Amino acid sequence: MIFQPAIIALLLSSAICVLALAASMPFAIEVIRRWDIKSGSERQLRLERRTYLFSTLLVFVLATQLASVLLFVFNAEKMSGMFVGAMCAVGTLNVNPYGFPALNAKIALFFLAAMWLAINYVDSRARDYPLVHIKYALLLLLAPLLAASAWIEAQFFLDLKADVITSCCGSLFSEDTKTLVAEASALAPLPAMILFYGAMGLAIGVSSFHWAHGGNGGRGRGGYAVALAAALGFAAAIAGILSFISLYIYEHPHHHCPFCVLKPEYGYQGYALYLPLFVATAAGLAAGAIRPFAHVASLHVIVPEVSRRLAAIASIGFLLTTAVATVMILNSNLVLL
Amino acid sequence: MKQWIEKQRYLIDFTLASLARRKTRNLGLLGVYILLVFVLASVALYTHALRIEAGKVLAASPEVILQRLVAGRHDLIPPGYIDRVGRIRGVQKKEGRLWGYYYDAVVKANYTFMVPNAGGVEKGEIVVGPALERSRGLAAGNGISFRSYSGKLHTFIVADVLPQASELVSADLVLMHEEDFRAFFDYPSGHFTDIALTVANPLEVRNVALKLSAALPDSRPILRDEVLRTYASIFDWREGIVLALLSAAILAFGILAWEKASGLSADEKREIGILKAIGWETGDIIKMKFWEGLLISLTAFLVGFVAAYLHVFYYAATLFEPVLKGWSVLYPRFQLTPHIDGLQVATLFFFTVFPYAAAVLVPIWKAAITDPDAVMRG
Repeated sequence: MIFQPAIIALLLSSAICVLALAASMPFAIEVIRRWDIKSGSERQLRLERRTYLFSTLLVFVLATQLASVLLFVFNAEKMSGMFVGAMCAVGTLNVNPYGFPALNAKIALFFLAAMWLAINYVDSRARDYPLVHIKYALLLLLAPLLAASAWIEAQFFLDLKADVITSCCGSLFSEDTKTLVAEASALAPLPAMILFYGAMGLAIGVSSFHWAHGGNGGRGRGGYAVALAAALGFAAAIAGILSFISLYIYEHPHHHCPFCVLKPEYGYQGYALYLPLFVATAAGLAAGAIRPFAHVASLHVIVPEVSRRLAAIASIGFLLTTAVATVMILNSNLVLL
Repeated sequence: MKQWIEKQRYLIDFTLASLARRKTRNLGLLGVYILLVFVLASVALYTHALRIEAGKVLAASPEVILQRLVAGRHDLIPPGYIDRVGRIRGVQKKEGRLWGYYYDAVVKANYTFMVPNAGGVEKGEIVVGPALERSRGLAAGNGISFRSYSGKLHTFIVADVLPQASELVSADLVLMHEEDFRAFFDYPSGHFTDIALTVANPLEVRNVALKLSAALPDSRPILRDEVLRTYASIFDWREGIVLALLSAAILAFGILAWEKASGLSADEKREIGILKAIGWETGDIIKMKFWEGLLISLTAFLVGFVAAYLHVFYYAATLFEPVLKGWSVLYPRFQLTPHIDGLQVATLFFFTVFPYAAAVLVPIWKAAITDPDAVMRG
């Protein structure tokens, strides 16, 4: 199955990203060991110049990660036609045990990458690069994760076995593939609704508060609160989509699939729901990630400023997600409660 | 926010002006880039259109076809076999079909002879497909003789020619009356070629097929879904193979982009040196170069994609047809339905813009860290 265009593209991009990160490892180690901003030596100058390269490289790798999450889901969706019993992306991801881990790893990596980028952004705005050691130490942690994610993805694609007849003269009988019914993980609609609106309200409230206080909400601890609320909001939103939003979209009381919403039959509504949610969560988490460095002398103006903007993005994103979900529910003909 | 947008606008403005100053160099790169997008997009658009066409062809075919096997080979359906299928819940209609292949030594091609189940063809007459009309120069009212496998000559009158629109399925088709068919092939009476079953509910097809293979162990049910899946994966596979072959071209393009980006002329070096001397930062130069890459990429992508669209849907994909379509003496002529698929555009973007971006990254940085004094002194 490896000769699917989208699969080739995904594997190609993963390979290049892993290579790029691998190439930056020696540099990261050198920075951690030798970086000294006060020195005017040749080596320090070289290191300073190199940070530009590796920052750009990392932005590129992480932007690719985001695009590849989308392509991965999009592709899984499209390939579902090739597997007996698969109706949407879930079927494809269930073809072998690597499918869902691959997706989860990609999503986790996306959030981690967003946090790293925020730290990088803050650091590069300060005159003395105060976070350079931390930044590259974190990069050393991120690199194996990226490699692991690429490995899981490759395993998933290499292991995709479509038990398909290869000529129209033969026919093949395969047992029905198991389809994942999300029912088990789904909650009853009313508690799920309370959880969803409660968590979204909390996330919007906390991030708006932080935004309104110029990124200094709660004596500066607002950043952590935003991150926490964003994580909670993300979990609640996914639970909400599984338990009741999807039902309203499909107008069917037992169809809980979080992937079918991405299908053309439902007007690609899922993208309108997921994109703001992911952006908001990433921004919220990033606001928390830069918060520990607010006390650094050269950052004590920059961090609240960036934190404020991230909180604004999170607030607007969660608001959009909630609005989109609410419109979907109101437009639905399904009566659930 | 507004300030940020303004800044980017000025950067784009400056980038465009500086691109225009080195026209020939940039046009060369752009040309190659467009060509790459064009080739890849043609392959993608063409296979996708074929896939859609195959789906349309099969949309009207019966859900299940039942063949009888003898020693693993396809055999005729004997009399009474259809009744043995019995009543299966969910099957709307079951009927025996009569069809066969006939090799015409005149045009060295195979025709498909078939008896339409709905009737409509008189005894002694035939209805022919458009490819046959072309190859044998037939028209309604003409007579034509075929020598049957038993050696006897049979003459038919062409009653009608099938419409062009259905050519993909009917190019080599000859429709005739049941009695003519049996006489021509010496087909034993009461026998059929296979059985077609119509199932209303798509979710029931699999159960129906299971029941069929349980009731008639010597039969082989062929599902329309399976055939469709097979077609889809064959076309995907062909597309993948072509793309894999073209990956060498992508690599070559990456090397070219790298070369172009790193071979800074003395002029460009001086330009960057001056920019830095008047206060631009390394980050600003990288941003400018980023816009340069983005502008070139998007232009190439748009132009290449539009060219590929024209090539595939208006000029019938002349360049790639032999690899992707397949081959036959009486190949149907058909017009592909224009169709753009989101996943394909995304994939194509990954195949072209991504390698370009990866290739120019290091050269961009090398250009950006140029020291102003070094350049201006040199």
